[in-house]
Amino acid sequence: MRNHVLILPTITCAAQAAHQITQLVSGTVSFIHQHGCAQVGVDFEQTFRTYAGMGANPNVYGVVVLGLGCETHQARSVAEEIAKSGKPVEVVSIQDHGGTLMAIAQGARIAAAMVADASRLMREPVPVSELIVGTECGGSDACSGISANPAVGWVSDAVVDAGGTSILAETTELIGAEHLLAARAADDRVAKRVYEVIQAMESRAFMMGVDIRTGNPSPGNIRGGLSSLEEKSLGAAAKAGSRPLQELVDYAQRPSKKGLVWMDTPGQDIEQLTGMVAGGAQVVLFTSGRGTPTGSPIAPVIKIATNSHMYSRMGDNMDFNAGTVIEGTETIEEVGGRLYGELLAVCSGKLTRSEILKQHDFGIWRIGPTF
Amino acid sequence: MCTATWTNVQKAHKVVMMKPVDSVAVALTDIPAGTRVRVVCGESVFEVEVLEPIDFGHKFAVRPIAAGESILKYGEVIGRATSDIRPGQHVHIHNLEGVRGRGDQLAKS
Repeated sequence: MRNHVLILPTITCAAQAAHQITQLVSGTVSFIHQHGCAQVGVDFEQTFRTYAGMGANPNVYGVVVLGLGCETHQARSVAEEIAKSGKPVEVVSIQDHGGTLMAIAQGARIAAAMVADASRLMREPVPVSELIVGTECGGSDACSGISANPAVGWVSDAVVDAGGTSILAETTELIGAEHLLAARAADDRVAKRVYEVIQAMESRAFMMGVDIRTGNPSPGNIRGGLSSLEEKSLGAAAKAGSRPLQELVDYAQRPSKKGLVWMDTPGQDIEQLTGMVAGGAQVVLFTSGRGTPTGSPIAPVIKIATNSHMYSRMGDNMDFNAGTVIEGTETIEEVGGRLYGELLAVCSGKLTRSEILKQHDFGIWRIGPTF
Repeated sequence: MCTATWTNVQKAHKVVMMKPVDSVAVALTDIPAGTRVRVVCGESVFEVEVLEPIDFGHKFAVRPIAAGESILKYGEVIGRATSDIRPGQHVHIHNLEGVRGRGDQLAKS
């Protein structure tokens, strides 16, 4: 679908140098972040899984793992994990290579060779059954649950019926709709996990002593007409279509089953997106009512407007308009069919707005403090 | 999903009511106060005078809702009423509160 050379900084100290390499070598991508050191336990493991998953994503041809040298997330360990996917991986360390400029030169040299190799590959037909499609909604409004999310649900069903995988995520925004998904679980174990992850997410609000509504729905959601988290959740759940829920996976974990899969992520757009892409999603369907620029360094993100006002106002950022459902000129099935066509076109090389605008967002869901 | 269109002073206003059991409908155009609307969803038929301006995407009550009562949309609970709500009134954060993720209420008790 895509064939990027990823310059992967395993530590915030190396992120600027990684960015510099992308300025020097075309065909390379990277991301700025604040993670990678003084992390322990499950939080360490989650960040490690995210780095390794980004590198192993099928949209990445090869990886230059760029570390500082002394950090907890050792570049070499991340590289070894990525190498299991069989793709070219090289390690560059700023401390070992004599500082920033030497590391940039070394990384750029390796990356340039990888880009040359990647450019020789030809596109080959791949069945939809090989697809992992992430689904997401951000900047929701009252139309989300009426137009774009049900249309994504229609596409999710089509992908599942073709033997592929569709990821439902943002656990926060399924609080209040969990019973509907638990009822569709493939077995009791999956149903039990649904209630467990919902309870864990809700408990975080309880522990902080706050009304979750102060952060979610956001002020923009509220201006758009959403009044409560439950209302937002019921609209968000429409993205999951109607097929059985096969599995519930941890953040940034690759699904072991095909079909509809739930990934436990927060509702925060970038953290959710990063988790799904690190979990193997090659493409993401992202609905928005308020409008959003969000994109990924390695996966095309198809941004779907829930209403035509926003689609015309945010034309730079949006790829697809589902607002025709609101106007009554198209049905959910018609918009869903059109969106499925757009999905296949993007998989075959059509660029999304966020790719054209180099919107390379990345953020890891941290589940522990930094030490 | 049930939609309805009707005319008021030569301007069409659209609403959607997701399920017949719902207590609210969603405006799909800005609806001025005083507009009389007929909302039909399955066997549920409501004649409602919109009592205050309802912006695009916002909700109004189609039936009387008592303080403390659950408010339904999509046939599911989206929160509870914090005051009595008359048909045609705007339903939003001023008279609807979520009941999930309420760590603030736990902290008070």
